[in-house]
Amino acid sequence: MIDITQEIIGSSLRIATPLALAALGELVTEKSGVLNLGIEGIMYGSAFVGIATAAQTGSLSAGLFAGFITGAVAGLIFAFATVTLGVNQHVAGLGLTLFMISFCNTANRIIFTSDGGQVRVDPWQPFNFGGPIFSQYWMTYATFLIAVPFTWWLLWRSGLGLKIRAVGENPEAADVAGIGVAKTRYTAIIIGSLLMAAGGAFITLAFVGTFTINIINGRGWVALALVIFGRWKIGRLLAGAALFSVVNAGQLQLRLLPSFSDVPFEILLALPFLAVIIGLAVSGRNVPYPGAYLKPYKRL
Amino acid sequence: MNSVEGVAIASRGGAPSIFLSNITKAYGETVALSDVSLDLRTSEVHALLGENGAGKTTLMKILYGLTQPDSGQIKADGVALQINSPRDARAAGIGMVTQHFSLVKNMTVVENIALAIARTFSLDLDSVRDAVVAASTRYGLEVPPDAIIGSLPIGLQQRVEILKALMSGCSYLILDEPTAVLGPQDIDSLLEVITQLRSEAKIGVVLISHKMAEIEKIADRVSVLRRGKVVSSSLANGITSKELITLMVGEQESGVVLRSESQSHGRDPILVLDSVVVKMEIGGLNNVSLDVRPGEIVGIAGVSGNGQTELVNILSGTLSIDSGTIAVEGATLTQNTPQLLMRAGVGMLGEDRHASAVHALQVMENLVLDCVDNFATKVQLNRKKMLEHCESAINQFEIKATAKQVFGTLSGGNMQKVLLARLFSRKPKVAIISQPTRGLDVMATSYVRSLISKARLDGTAVLLVSEDLDEVLELADRVAVMYRGSVIGVVDGANASREKIGELMAGIVR
Ligand SMILES: Nc1ncnc2c1ncn2[C@@H]1O[C@H](COP(=O)(O)OP(=O)(O)OP(=O)(O)O)[C@@H](O)[C@H]1O
Ligand SMILES: [Mg+2]
Repeated sequence: MIDITQEIIGSSLRIATPLALAALGELVTEKSGVLNLGIEGIMYGSAFVGIATAAQTGSLSAGLFAGFITGAVAGLIFAFATVTLGVNQHVAGLGLTLFMISFCNTANRIIFTSDGGQVRVDPWQPFNFGGPIFSQYWMTYATFLIAVPFTWWLLWRSGLGLKIRAVGENPEAADVAGIGVAKTRYTAIIIGSLLMAAGGAFITLAFVGTFTINIINGRGWVALALVIFGRWKIGRLLAGAALFSVVNAGQLQLRLLPSFSDVPFEILLALPFLAVIIGLAVSGRNVPYPGAYLKPYKRL
Repeated sequence: MNSVEGVAIASRGGAPSIFLSNITKAYGETVALSDVSLDLRTSEVHALLGENGAGKTTLMKILYGLTQPDSGQIKADGVALQINSPRDARAAGIGMVTQHFSLVKNMTVVENIALAIARTFSLDLDSVRDAVVAASTRYGLEVPPDAIIGSLPIGLQQRVEILKALMSGCSYLILDEPTAVLGPQDIDSLLEVITQLRSEAKIGVVLISHKMAEIEKIADRVSVLRRGKVVSSSLANGITSKELITLMVGEQESGVVLRSESQSHGRDPILVLDSVVVKMEIGGLNNVSLDVRPGEIVGIAGVSGNGQTELVNILSGTLSIDSGTIAVEGATLTQNTPQLLMRAGVGMLGEDRHASAVHALQVMENLVLDCVDNFATKVQLNRKKMLEHCESAINQFEIKATAKQVFGTLSGGNMQKVLLARLFSRKPKVAIISQPTRGLDVMATSYVRSLISKARLDGTAVLLVSEDLDEVLELADRVAVMYRGSVIGVVDGANASREKIGELMAGIVR
């Protein structure tokens, strides 16, 4: 029993890593008043470009770096569309996601799978500090020990964070106070995209070591839901990620038990999503959306 | 001061029918209301007075179900009422027009009212429209039924709010500082409407206001709140404004600063606007030239909507100019963006304090919003320095708030003081100050005016835009009158008579 609990916690942390990274990225973005529905696409793009680069260069670090570049470029395009051109954020975000997914699928087919093969790398291996809980990838450690405190610090303790929160709540007031609204939103979107890209690259470079169609599998959308579930607070957001991951890890363990062999695995697979939906239904009411959520800003 | 019971016969209103008893409400450390009791009657205008932060809005929010008291009871005609939401309040015949209107900007007047009064799923807009027209004649509240709310001036939007409340069948109507947002003409017509509602529709009106003149004019009963307690509740006749002010603030001297000679003679103007043009569909600026010298207050007078807002907006950088120049200290600005204006030393107090601050942030965060980088060592915010800065501002400007309080929970007057503190703590060379005392209580008003005078003595060039002509006349060294987007005349403050300015405001130049 102890073993299985430890197994579940350990695997939850792995499952939670990309979710937490992407959700932190979305949090930073949304705090500036921008909803980035390109999240799924950015994760997808960075997962693919990451592993493709790693396969070509033989360096996982180069792959991760390429993933970051992908995220930054995608974020820049999204920022240009929504902040500078004032394109509807839903349209721009969904468009970005659709484009990234089909672009990566096509590139994957042309480069890797046309001869029936598949791109593969030797992924990062977990560092074992003893026991299943502390046997994790370095990116998992980095997520919870660096990215989480960094995001908290960024939003609530840095000067940039104060500007981000101000433009997200009341861009008019921020503008009059001399804060560059567009510049701040660009910065938030790009930092957010880098975090999302880290989440995507983690999946191919550490988790699986290969790329298959639909590899992100809705993790971006889950991260999006976690931000709302978390009411734009890091603690609650992580609690949501933990809930999803524990249910997910739990169902993976259940599938191994003989008594569950008759249950269609799709039902078990749906459990974590169900948990998020129930969580959202319970906590999704009266959510304190950032004041300028979804609103483009233009001077008179 | 007469006691309520002693002169009950003389009262215009009916017997008390809504009793608020022993209401207590605390927000964390702040006790907003402590053991407050008050009764309301129909056919009566009940004025509610008190300093900023005394608890007036909180008390009325409790009655209207917008917030819940920690303890205490509300009774109507002897029956205890459980008011958990505005819907409950409306069912009990209580309506309220809050300081912030709750109208849907891109819907018509009729649609907005339909939202509030329609009960069934089927929506018959035509019958609602008829009802709106009928009610607006009945109550003397003329509104254009098919106009889009967002296109209406604030005075008309307020009428729609009042009409909406009346049409949902209220016999009590709470108005939270309704005159604070209005110009002089609109104020007069609103007061007339209120009197008529009381006398003809037998409505009990609760009127929150800081303006003594209005209260003297139309209140039947006056209650004064001081620091969350009712210190007096009595019939209005026989009470003087002076007594009321003493009741509101206790025995203390008001900090009136005596006017001194202008310091600005012979000095070069520091802010110069030359033939500034802003083209807009309605309004805009038409060849505005104006200058302000250091140590001088130039007041802008004019009927609202004659370009004052545009003038303020081009100086805050939110409205760009089409032609003409703005120069500060002799240097012409290449572009009027907020950043360039601030760098040139122009500070700003906007007319809408809600648009100038971020409600969801703390007081201390709002206080440094225009100079975040000065409070960051490298990139890390220096929260300790921010806290010290904020606490000294709280002391200096007598702000009733704590540094870490969320700005949106401050009372109106204290919001204004925070914004003034932000403006003056940067020591601007030029201060653009718009409607500085709107919604402020008597003491805060005189305090804010003394701050502006003090800035003038310190050599700041002040451009003061105010709808309150008395304020302009009291403070300004020169008065510039705006008419149809231009400055139609500039009068020396010492020789400025109301008549002369009144003529200019009407567009008459001699
Ligand atoms: N949601 C809240 N959270 C914390 N404190 C609050 C909240 N709402 C009001 N307060 C505090 O309660 C006190 C009373 O506020 P209230 O708004 O009732 O004052 P008021 O008499 O209406 O003042 P004003 O004339 O400025 O409008 C103030 O000290 C205010 O800061
Ligand atoms: Mg109030």
